[in-house]
Amino acid sequence: MTDDLDQIARMLDEGAPVTPGEPPAGVLEPWEVFRQEKDGDAMRHGGNVLAPDAELALHYARELFGRRGESIRLWVVRRADIHVLEDLDLLQPPLDRSFKKPGGYVMRDKLAAARGRAGTSKPGARAASHDGTGRRSEGER
Amino acid sequence: MTDPLALDPVLPPRERSERSARRWNEDLPHDERYEHFEAHVLGGGKIEPNDWMPDEYRSAVLRFVEMHANSELMGVLPEREWIMRAPTLRRKLALTSKVQDEVGHAQLLYRVAEDLGKPREAMFDDLLAGKTKFHNVFHYPTRTWADIGVIAWLVDAAAIVAQQALRDSSYGPYSRTMQKICWEESVHIMHGRDVVVTLANGTTAQREMLQEALDRWWGPLMQMHGPRSDRSKDRDLHWRIKARTSEELRQEFLTIYVPRILELGLTIPDPELAYDKAAGEWRYADPDWNELRTVVTNHGPKSQERLEFRRLNREATAWVRAAVLAEPKAAA
Repeated sequence: MTDDLDQIARMLDEGAPVTPGEPPAGVLEPWEVFRQEKDGDAMRHGGNVLAPDAELALHYARELFGRRGESIRLWVVRRADIHVLEDLDLLQPPLDRSFKKPGGYVMRDKLAAARGRAGTSKPGARAASHDGTGRRSEGER
Repeated sequence: MTDPLALDPVLPPRERSERSARRWNEDLPHDERYEHFEAHVLGGGKIEPNDWMPDEYRSAVLRFVEMHANSELMGVLPEREWIMRAPTLRRKLALTSKVQDEVGHAQLLYRVAEDLGKPREAMFDDLLAGKTKFHNVFHYPTRTWADIGVIAWLVDAAAIVAQQALRDSSYGPYSRTMQKICWEESVHIMHGRDVVVTLANGTTAQREMLQEALDRWWGPLMQMHGPRSDRSKDRDLHWRIKARTSEELRQEFLTIYVPRILELGLTIPDPELAYDKAAGEWRYADPDWNELRTVVTNHGPKSQERLEFRRLNREATAWVRAAVLAEPKAAA
Protein backbone atom coordinates (compact mmCIF):
# COMPACT_ATOMS: atom_id res chain seq x y z
CA MET A 1 0.00 0.00 0.00
CA THR A 2 2.79 2.43 0.91
CA ASP A 3 4.54 1.51 -2.33
CA ASP A 4 1.36 2.31 -4.27
CA LEU A 5 1.09 5.69 -2.59
CA ASP A 6 4.73 6.47 -3.30
CA GLN A 7 4.25 5.43 -6.88
CA ILE A 8 1.27 7.71 -7.35
CA ALA A 9 2.88 10.53 -5.44
CA ARG A 10 5.88 10.32 -7.77
CA MET A 11 3.61 10.11 -10.79
CA LEU A 12 1.73 13.22 -9.76
CA ASP A 13 4.88 15.08 -8.85
CA GLU A 14 5.33 17.57 -11.64
CA GLY A 15 8.31 16.97 -13.87
CA ALA A 16 9.36 13.80 -12.08
CA PRO A 17 8.29 10.87 -14.25
CA VAL A 18 8.32 7.36 -12.82
CA THR A 19 11.72 5.78 -13.46
CA PRO A 20 11.84 5.00 -17.17
CA GLY A 21 12.92 1.65 -18.56
CA GLU A 22 11.75 -1.69 -17.21
CA PRO A 23 9.70 -1.23 -14.05
CA PRO A 24 10.50 -3.33 -10.99
CA ALA A 25 8.71 -6.69 -10.98
CA GLY A 26 5.14 -6.68 -9.81
CA VAL A 27 4.32 -3.00 -10.05
CA LEU A 28 1.11 -1.82 -11.62
CA GLU A 29 1.53 1.38 -13.55
CA PRO A 30 -0.58 3.44 -15.93
CA TRP A 31 -0.44 2.79 -19.66
CA GLU A 32 -2.03 5.31 -21.98
CA VAL A 33 -4.27 3.78 -24.64
CA PHE A 34 -4.60 5.13 -28.17
CA ARG A 35 -7.13 3.79 -30.63
CA GLN A 36 -7.78 3.97 -34.34
CA GLU A 37 -11.43 3.80 -35.32
CA LYS A 38 -11.04 3.06 -39.00
CA ASP A 39 -8.33 2.67 -41.57
CA GLY A 40 -6.65 5.99 -42.30
CA ASP A 41 -7.82 7.72 -39.11
CA ALA A 42 -5.35 9.23 -36.69
CA MET A 43 -4.59 7.32 -33.49
CA ARG A 44 -6.57 9.09 -30.79
CA HIS A 45 -6.09 9.00 -27.05
CA GLY A 46 -8.80 6.84 -25.48
CA GLY A 47 -7.90 6.64 -21.81
CA ASN A 48 -5.59 4.53 -19.71
CA VAL A 49 -5.28 1.21 -17.94
CA LEU A 50 -3.25 -0.04 -14.99
CA ALA A 51 -1.03 -3.02 -15.81
CA PRO A 52 2.27 -4.62 -14.85
CA ASP A 53 3.48 -5.06 -18.43
CA ALA A 54 2.66 -4.34 -22.08
CA GLU A 55 1.01 -7.70 -22.71
CA LEU A 56 -1.57 -7.29 -19.97
CA ALA A 57 -1.96 -3.61 -20.81
CA LEU A 58 -3.02 -4.67 -24.32
CA HIS A 59 -5.45 -7.25 -22.95
CA TYR A 60 -7.05 -4.65 -20.67
CA ALA A 61 -7.09 -2.07 -23.48
CA ARG A 62 -8.86 -4.56 -25.72
CA GLU A 63 -11.49 -5.18 -23.05
CA LEU A 64 -12.10 -1.51 -22.35
CA PHE A 65 -11.64 0.13 -25.75
CA GLY A 66 -12.34 -2.56 -28.31
CA ARG A 67 -14.98 -4.96 -27.11
CA ARG A 68 -17.75 -3.70 -29.39
CA GLY A 69 -15.73 -3.40 -32.55
CA GLU A 70 -15.09 0.30 -32.13
CA SER A 71 -11.35 0.07 -32.83
CA ILE A 72 -9.19 -1.48 -35.54
CA ARG A 73 -5.87 -0.78 -33.83
CA LEU A 74 -4.76 -0.10 -30.27
CA TRP A 75 -1.49 1.30 -28.94
CA VAL A 76 -0.45 1.18 -25.34
CA VAL A 77 2.35 3.45 -24.13
CA ARG A 78 3.77 3.41 -20.65
CA ARG A 79 2.86 6.79 -19.19
CA ALA A 80 6.38 7.22 -17.84
CA ASP A 81 7.69 7.01 -21.41
CA ILE A 82 5.70 10.02 -22.54
CA HIS A 83 7.66 13.23 -22.55
CA VAL A 84 5.69 16.41 -22.42
CA LEU A 85 6.29 19.92 -23.68
CA GLU A 86 3.74 22.42 -22.51
CA ASP A 87 5.82 25.55 -22.14
CA LEU A 88 3.61 28.23 -23.63
CA ASP A 89 6.58 30.55 -24.07
CA LEU A 90 7.77 28.07 -26.67
CA LEU A 91 4.46 26.82 -28.06
CA GLN A 92 2.41 30.00 -28.00
CA PRO A 93 4.96 32.82 -28.08
CA PRO A 94 3.30 36.22 -28.02
CA LEU A 95 4.41 36.91 -31.57
CA ASP A 96 2.27 37.60 -34.59
CA ARG A 97 2.59 34.45 -36.70
CA SER A 98 -0.11 35.33 -39.18
CA PHE A 99 2.44 35.33 -42.02
CA LYS A 100 2.72 31.55 -41.49
CA LYS A 101 -0.98 31.02 -42.15
CA PRO A 102 -3.03 31.38 -45.32
CA GLY A 103 -5.45 33.60 -43.42
CA GLY A 104 -2.64 36.08 -42.84
CA TYR A 105 -2.86 37.22 -46.47
CA VAL A 106 -5.98 39.24 -47.16
CA MET A 107 -5.81 40.58 -50.70
CA ARG A 108 -9.40 41.06 -51.77
CA ASP A 109 -9.14 44.85 -51.91
CA LYS A 110 -5.70 44.75 -53.53
CA LEU A 111 -6.97 42.30 -56.15
CA ALA A 112 -9.89 44.57 -56.92
CA ALA A 113 -7.48 47.49 -57.30
CA ALA A 114 -5.24 45.42 -59.60
CA ARG A 115 -8.22 44.44 -61.76
CA GLY A 116 -9.21 48.09 -61.92
CA ARG A 117 -5.75 49.08 -63.17
CA ALA A 118 -5.57 46.23 -65.66
CA GLY A 119 -9.12 46.71 -66.87
CA THR A 120 -9.96 42.99 -66.28
CA SER A 121 -12.86 41.30 -64.55
CA LYS A 122 -13.08 38.68 -61.77
CA PRO A 123 -12.50 35.11 -63.06
CA GLY A 124 -15.27 32.52 -62.60
CA ALA A 125 -15.41 29.98 -59.80
CA ARG A 126 -13.73 27.34 -62.00
CA ALA A 127 -10.52 29.30 -61.77
CA ALA A 128 -10.39 28.91 -57.98
CA SER A 129 -6.80 28.24 -57.00
CA HIS A 130 -5.14 26.39 -54.16
CA ASP A 131 -4.03 29.17 -51.88
CA GLY A 132 -7.06 28.71 -49.65
CA THR A 133 -7.06 32.36 -48.75
CA GLY A 134 -9.29 32.98 -45.79
CA ARG A 135 -9.84 29.31 -45.10
CA ARG A 136 -8.61 27.63 -41.96
CA SER A 137 -5.72 25.26 -42.41
CA GLU A 138 -5.50 21.69 -41.13
CA GLY A 139 -3.19 22.71 -38.30
CA GLU A 140 -5.53 25.36 -37.01
CA ARG A 141 -8.52 23.16 -36.42
CA MET B 1 -5.69 46.93 -45.26
CA THR B 2 -2.58 45.72 -43.40
CA ASP B 3 0.65 47.33 -44.47
CA PRO B 4 3.21 44.47 -44.28
CA LEU B 5 6.00 46.88 -43.40
CA ALA B 6 4.07 48.24 -40.46
CA LEU B 7 3.27 44.79 -39.07
CA ASP B 8 4.00 44.59 -35.37
CA PRO B 9 5.64 41.20 -34.67
CA VAL B 10 4.32 41.18 -31.11
CA LEU B 11 0.65 40.57 -30.47
CA PRO B 12 -1.40 43.30 -28.82
CA PRO B 13 -1.65 42.80 -25.01
CA ARG B 14 -5.25 41.62 -25.13
CA GLU B 15 -4.42 38.62 -27.36
CA ARG B 16 -1.24 37.94 -25.45
CA SER B 17 -3.00 37.38 -22.13
CA GLU B 18 -5.37 34.88 -23.76
CA ARG B 19 -2.40 32.83 -24.82
CA SER B 20 -0.75 32.54 -21.43
CA ALA B 21 -3.88 30.96 -19.99
CA ARG B 22 -2.21 28.38 -17.73
CA ARG B 23 -0.71 30.98 -15.38
CA TRP B 24 -1.80 29.07 -12.27
CA ASN B 25 0.82 26.42 -12.98
CA GLU B 26 3.58 28.94 -12.52
CA ASP B 27 5.41 29.30 -9.27
CA LEU B 28 3.32 32.02 -7.69
CA PRO B 29 2.26 32.80 -4.13
CA HIS B 30 -0.63 30.48 -3.20
CA ASP B 31 -3.37 33.11 -3.23
CA GLU B 32 -2.38 34.44 -6.63
CA ARG B 33 -2.17 30.93 -8.04
CA TYR B 34 -5.57 30.14 -6.60
CA GLU B 35 -7.03 33.22 -8.29
CA HIS B 36 -5.63 32.17 -11.67
CA PHE B 37 -6.95 28.64 -11.14
CA GLU B 38 -10.44 29.94 -10.28
CA ALA B 39 -10.49 32.33 -13.22
CA HIS B 40 -9.50 29.50 -15.57
CA VAL B 41 -12.11 27.06 -14.24
CA LEU B 42 -14.92 29.61 -14.05
CA GLY B 43 -14.05 30.75 -17.57
CA GLY B 44 -14.82 27.26 -18.87
CA GLY B 45 -11.22 25.93 -18.83
CA LYS B 46 -10.24 22.31 -18.18
CA ILE B 47 -7.89 20.99 -15.49
CA GLU B 48 -5.51 18.15 -16.36
CA PRO B 49 -3.91 15.70 -13.89
CA ASN B 50 -0.50 17.39 -13.91
CA ASP B 51 -1.91 20.88 -13.45
CA TRP B 52 -1.63 22.48 -10.06
CA MET B 53 -4.97 22.35 -8.26
CA PRO B 54 -6.08 23.38 -4.77
CA ASP B 55 -6.45 20.42 -2.37
CA GLU B 56 -10.15 21.28 -2.02
CA TYR B 57 -10.65 20.85 -5.77
CA ARG B 58 -8.66 17.61 -5.87
CA SER B 59 -10.63 16.06 -3.02
CA ALA B 60 -13.97 17.29 -4.40
CA VAL B 61 -13.32 15.70 -7.82
CA LEU B 62 -12.01 12.55 -6.16
CA ARG B 63 -15.10 12.22 -3.95
CA PHE B 64 -17.42 12.75 -6.91
CA VAL B 65 -15.65 10.33 -9.25
CA GLU B 66 -15.16 7.70 -6.55
CA MET B 67 -18.89 7.70 -5.73
CA HIS B 68 -19.61 7.37 -9.45
CA ALA B 69 -17.14 4.48 -9.82
CA ASN B 70 -18.61 2.73 -6.76
CA SER B 71 -22.09 3.07 -8.25
CA GLU B 72 -21.05 1.49 -11.54
CA LEU B 73 -19.42 -1.39 -9.69
CA MET B 74 -22.30 -2.00 -7.28
CA GLY B 75 -24.91 -1.23 -9.93
CA VAL B 76 -24.25 -4.47 -11.79
CA LEU B 77 -25.25 -6.63 -8.84
CA PRO B 78 -29.05 -6.18 -9.09
CA GLU B 79 -28.90 -6.90 -12.83
CA ARG B 80 -26.45 -9.75 -12.52
CA GLU B 81 -29.10 -11.66 -10.55
CA TRP B 82 -31.17 -11.93 -13.75
CA ILE B 83 -28.56 -13.10 -16.22
CA MET B 84 -29.38 -16.75 -15.58
CA ARG B 85 -33.13 -16.04 -15.70
CA ALA B 86 -33.25 -13.87 -18.83
CA PRO B 87 -36.16 -15.05 -21.00
CA THR B 88 -34.30 -15.45 -24.33
CA LEU B 89 -30.73 -15.93 -25.47
CA ARG B 90 -30.64 -12.46 -27.02
CA ARG B 91 -31.83 -10.88 -23.77
CA LYS B 92 -29.20 -12.87 -21.88
CA LEU B 93 -26.47 -11.64 -24.22
CA ALA B 94 -27.67 -8.02 -23.98
CA LEU B 95 -27.86 -8.14 -20.18
CA THR B 96 -24.44 -9.80 -19.86
CA SER B 97 -23.02 -7.15 -22.16
CA LYS B 98 -24.60 -4.37 -20.09
CA VAL B 99 -23.11 -5.81 -16.90
CA GLN B 100 -19.73 -6.00 -18.64
CA ASP B 101 -20.08 -2.36 -19.76
CA GLU B 102 -20.89 -1.13 -16.27
CA VAL B 103 -17.88 -2.92 -14.76
CA GLY B 104 -15.86 -1.38 -17.58
CA HIS B 105 -17.16 2.06 -16.57
CA ALA B 106 -16.08 1.35 -13.00
CA GLN B 107 -12.59 0.47 -14.32
CA LEU B 108 -12.36 3.73 -16.30
CA LEU B 109 -13.62 5.83 -13.39
CA TYR B 110 -11.39 4.18 -10.79
CA ARG B 111 -8.47 5.03 -13.09
CA VAL B 112 -9.53 8.70 -13.09
CA ALA B 113 -9.79 8.60 -9.29
CA GLU B 114 -6.44 6.80 -8.88
CA ASP B 115 -4.66 9.52 -10.80
CA LEU B 116 -6.00 11.99 -8.25
CA GLY B 117 -4.02 10.16 -5.59
CA LYS B 118 -6.12 7.40 -4.01
CA PRO B 119 -5.09 3.78 -4.69
CA ARG B 120 -7.78 1.40 -5.90
CA GLU B 121 -7.38 -0.94 -2.94
CA ALA B 122 -8.04 1.98 -0.57
CA MET B 123 -11.21 2.79 -2.54
CA PHE B 124 -12.43 -0.82 -2.21
CA ASP B 125 -11.59 -0.79 1.51
CA ASP B 126 -13.66 2.36 2.00
CA LEU B 127 -16.57 1.09 -0.08
CA LEU B 128 -16.74 -2.17 1.88
CA ALA B 129 -16.32 -0.38 5.21
CA GLY B 130 -19.22 1.95 4.35
CA LYS B 131 -16.99 5.03 4.39
CA THR B 132 -17.89 5.86 0.79
CA LYS B 133 -21.27 5.53 -0.88
CA PHE B 134 -22.97 4.26 -4.00
CA HIS B 135 -26.20 5.39 -5.66
CA ASN B 136 -29.51 4.76 -3.89
CA VAL B 137 -31.08 2.80 -6.75
CA PHE B 138 -28.59 -0.05 -6.36
CA HIS B 139 -29.65 -0.85 -2.80
CA TYR B 140 -33.02 -2.36 -3.86
CA PRO B 141 -34.02 -5.89 -4.87
CA THR B 142 -34.87 -6.91 -8.43
CA ARG B 143 -38.03 -8.98 -7.97
CA THR B 144 -39.15 -9.62 -11.54
CA TRP B 145 -37.89 -9.46 -15.13
CA ALA B 146 -39.79 -6.17 -15.46
CA ASP B 147 -37.37 -4.67 -12.92
CA ILE B 148 -34.57 -5.33 -15.40
CA GLY B 149 -36.43 -3.36 -18.08
CA VAL B 150 -37.27 -0.49 -15.73
CA ILE B 151 -33.69 -0.30 -14.42
CA ALA B 152 -32.05 -0.40 -17.84
CA TRP B 153 -34.53 2.10 -19.29
CA LEU B 154 -35.37 4.56 -16.51
CA VAL B 155 -32.52 4.24 -14.00
CA ASP B 156 -30.03 4.47 -16.84
CA ALA B 157 -32.01 7.37 -18.34
CA ALA B 158 -31.95 9.27 -15.05
CA ALA B 159 -28.22 8.53 -14.86
CA ILE B 160 -27.50 9.59 -18.44
CA VAL B 161 -29.24 12.93 -17.88
CA ALA B 162 -26.65 13.55 -15.17
CA GLN B 163 -23.80 11.98 -17.11
CA GLN B 164 -24.38 14.04 -20.24
CA ALA B 165 -24.02 17.16 -18.13
CA LEU B 166 -20.74 15.74 -16.78
CA ARG B 167 -19.22 15.75 -20.25
CA ASP B 168 -18.71 19.46 -19.56
CA SER B 169 -16.93 18.83 -16.26
CA SER B 170 -13.93 21.07 -15.60
CA TYR B 171 -11.79 18.01 -14.82
CA GLY B 172 -10.51 16.95 -18.26
CA PRO B 173 -10.01 13.18 -17.73
CA TYR B 174 -13.50 12.90 -16.21
CA SER B 175 -15.23 14.84 -18.99
CA ARG B 176 -13.51 12.70 -21.66
CA THR B 177 -14.36 9.46 -19.86
CA MET B 178 -18.00 10.57 -19.69
CA GLN B 179 -18.13 10.89 -23.48
CA LYS B 180 -17.31 7.22 -23.85
CA ILE B 181 -19.61 6.19 -21.01
CA CYS B 182 -22.60 8.14 -22.38
CA TRP B 183 -22.15 6.48 -25.75
CA GLU B 184 -22.35 3.04 -24.15
CA GLU B 185 -25.21 3.98 -21.81
CA SER B 186 -27.35 4.98 -24.80
CA VAL B 187 -27.31 1.30 -25.85
CA HIS B 188 -28.47 0.26 -22.38
CA ILE B 189 -31.43 2.60 -22.57
CA MET B 190 -32.49 1.12 -25.89
CA HIS B 191 -32.14 -2.38 -24.47
CA GLY B 192 -34.24 -1.44 -21.42
CA ARG B 193 -36.90 0.35 -23.41
CA ASP B 194 -37.16 -2.66 -25.73
CA VAL B 195 -37.74 -4.95 -22.72
CA VAL B 196 -40.39 -2.56 -21.34
CA VAL B 197 -42.20 -2.09 -24.66
CA THR B 198 -42.22 -5.85 -25.22
CA LEU B 199 -43.86 -6.38 -21.82
CA ALA B 200 -46.33 -3.55 -22.54
CA ASN B 201 -47.41 -5.54 -25.60
CA GLY B 202 -47.65 -8.76 -23.62
CA THR B 203 -50.31 -10.54 -21.60
CA THR B 204 -52.33 -8.92 -18.82
CA ALA B 205 -50.04 -10.57 -16.30
CA GLN B 206 -46.97 -9.12 -18.04
CA ARG B 207 -48.52 -5.64 -18.12
CA GLU B 208 -49.36 -5.91 -14.43
CA MET B 209 -45.81 -7.04 -13.67
CA LEU B 210 -44.51 -3.98 -15.54
CA GLN B 211 -46.82 -1.58 -13.70
CA GLU B 212 -45.88 -3.15 -10.37
CA ALA B 213 -42.17 -2.67 -11.13
CA LEU B 214 -42.73 0.97 -12.10
CA ASP B 215 -44.68 1.51 -8.86
CA ARG B 216 -41.74 0.24 -6.82
CA TRP B 217 -39.04 2.09 -8.75
CA TRP B 218 -40.70 5.50 -9.08
CA GLY B 219 -39.82 6.61 -5.54
CA PRO B 220 -36.13 5.75 -5.79
CA LEU B 221 -36.02 7.31 -9.28
CA MET B 222 -37.37 10.61 -7.98
CA GLN B 223 -34.88 10.52 -5.09
CA MET B 224 -31.94 9.57 -7.28
CA HIS B 225 -30.68 13.07 -8.16
CA GLY B 226 -30.93 14.22 -4.56
CA PRO B 227 -32.80 17.06 -2.85
CA ARG B 228 -32.91 20.57 -4.24
CA SER B 229 -29.68 22.33 -3.39
CA ASP B 230 -28.65 25.92 -3.12
CA ARG B 231 -26.74 26.69 -6.32
CA SER B 232 -24.60 29.35 -4.65
CA LYS B 233 -23.45 27.01 -1.87
CA ASP B 234 -22.64 24.02 -4.08
CA ARG B 235 -18.89 23.88 -4.54
CA ASP B 236 -19.06 21.10 -7.13
CA LEU B 237 -21.17 23.43 -9.26
CA HIS B 238 -19.00 26.43 -8.52
CA TRP B 239 -15.91 24.65 -9.86
CA ARG B 240 -17.90 23.09 -12.70
CA ILE B 241 -17.03 19.57 -11.51
CA LYS B 242 -20.68 19.02 -12.35
CA ALA B 243 -22.72 21.32 -14.55
CA ARG B 244 -26.30 21.23 -13.28
CA THR B 245 -28.29 21.12 -10.04
CA SER B 246 -30.17 18.03 -8.88
CA GLU B 247 -33.50 19.72 -9.57
CA GLU B 248 -32.51 20.65 -13.13
CA LEU B 249 -31.59 17.01 -13.77
CA ARG B 250 -34.86 15.72 -12.31
CA GLN B 251 -36.87 18.20 -14.39
CA GLU B 252 -35.12 17.12 -17.57
CA PHE B 253 -35.70 13.46 -16.74
CA LEU B 254 -39.41 14.12 -16.22
CA THR B 255 -39.72 16.19 -19.40
CA ILE B 256 -38.26 13.43 -21.56
CA TYR B 257 -39.58 10.31 -19.87
CA VAL B 258 -43.03 11.07 -18.44
CA PRO B 259 -44.60 11.25 -21.94
CA ARG B 260 -42.82 8.04 -22.97
CA ILE B 261 -44.04 6.18 -19.88
CA LEU B 262 -47.61 7.40 -20.37
CA GLU B 263 -47.41 6.48 -24.08
CA LEU B 264 -47.34 2.82 -23.00
CA GLY B 265 -50.54 3.14 -20.97
CA LEU B 266 -48.67 2.91 -17.68
CA THR B 267 -49.70 4.88 -14.61
CA ILE B 268 -47.12 6.95 -12.76
CA PRO B 269 -47.71 6.44 -9.02
CA ASP B 270 -47.77 10.12 -8.11
CA PRO B 271 -51.18 11.85 -8.22
CA GLU B 272 -49.50 15.25 -7.81
CA LEU B 273 -47.34 14.84 -10.90
CA ALA B 274 -48.26 17.53 -13.44
CA TYR B 275 -46.55 19.99 -15.71
CA ASP B 276 -47.03 23.57 -14.56
CA LYS B 277 -47.06 25.52 -17.81
CA ALA B 278 -46.95 28.93 -16.14
CA ALA B 279 -43.87 28.05 -14.06
CA GLY B 280 -42.38 25.97 -16.88
CA GLU B 281 -41.61 23.04 -14.61
CA TRP B 282 -42.93 19.77 -13.24
CA ARG B 283 -44.77 19.58 -9.93
CA TYR B 284 -44.52 16.34 -8.02
CA ALA B 285 -45.01 14.91 -4.55
CA ASP B 286 -42.00 15.58 -2.38
CA PRO B 287 -39.73 12.53 -2.64
CA ASP B 288 -39.06 10.64 0.58
CA TRP B 289 -35.70 12.11 1.54
CA ASN B 290 -35.59 10.04 4.71
CA GLU B 291 -35.69 6.91 2.61
CA LEU B 292 -32.81 8.28 0.48
CA ARG B 293 -30.73 9.00 3.59
CA THR B 294 -31.47 5.58 5.05
CA VAL B 295 -30.65 3.75 1.84
CA VAL B 296 -27.41 5.48 0.86
CA THR B 297 -25.97 4.99 4.33
CA ASN B 298 -26.15 1.26 3.56
CA HIS B 299 -29.40 0.61 5.44
CA GLY B 300 -31.35 -0.22 2.28
CA PRO B 301 -33.10 -3.56 1.74
CA LYS B 302 -30.15 -5.07 -0.12
CA SER B 303 -27.22 -2.89 0.99
CA GLN B 304 -25.52 -5.38 3.28
CA GLU B 305 -26.13 -8.39 1.07
CA ARG B 306 -24.54 -6.66 -1.93
CA LEU B 307 -21.57 -5.36 0.06
CA GLU B 308 -21.10 -8.87 1.42
CA PHE B 309 -21.11 -10.21 -2.14
CA ARG B 310 -18.36 -7.71 -3.06
CA ARG B 311 -16.40 -8.75 0.02
CA LEU B 312 -16.57 -12.44 -0.87
CA ASN B 313 -15.86 -11.69 -4.51
CA ARG B 314 -12.81 -9.68 -3.57
CA GLU B 315 -11.45 -12.57 -1.50
CA ALA B 316 -12.25 -15.11 -4.20
CA THR B 317 -10.41 -13.13 -6.86
CA ALA B 318 -7.40 -12.17 -4.73
CA TRP B 319 -5.34 -14.89 -6.44
CA VAL B 320 -5.88 -13.20 -9.82
CA ARG B 321 -4.49 -9.90 -8.59
CA ALA B 322 -1.60 -11.74 -6.95
CA ALA B 323 -0.89 -13.66 -10.16
CA VAL B 324 -0.84 -10.46 -12.19
CA LEU B 325 1.79 -9.02 -9.88
CA ALA B 326 3.78 -12.15 -9.05
CA GLU B 327 5.48 -13.08 -12.30
CA PRO B 328 7.84 -10.45 -13.62
CA LYS B 329 7.42 -10.46 -17.38
CA ALA B 330 10.67 -11.31 -19.16
CA ALA B 331 11.49 -8.67 -21.77
CA ALA B 332 10.32 -9.97 -25.16
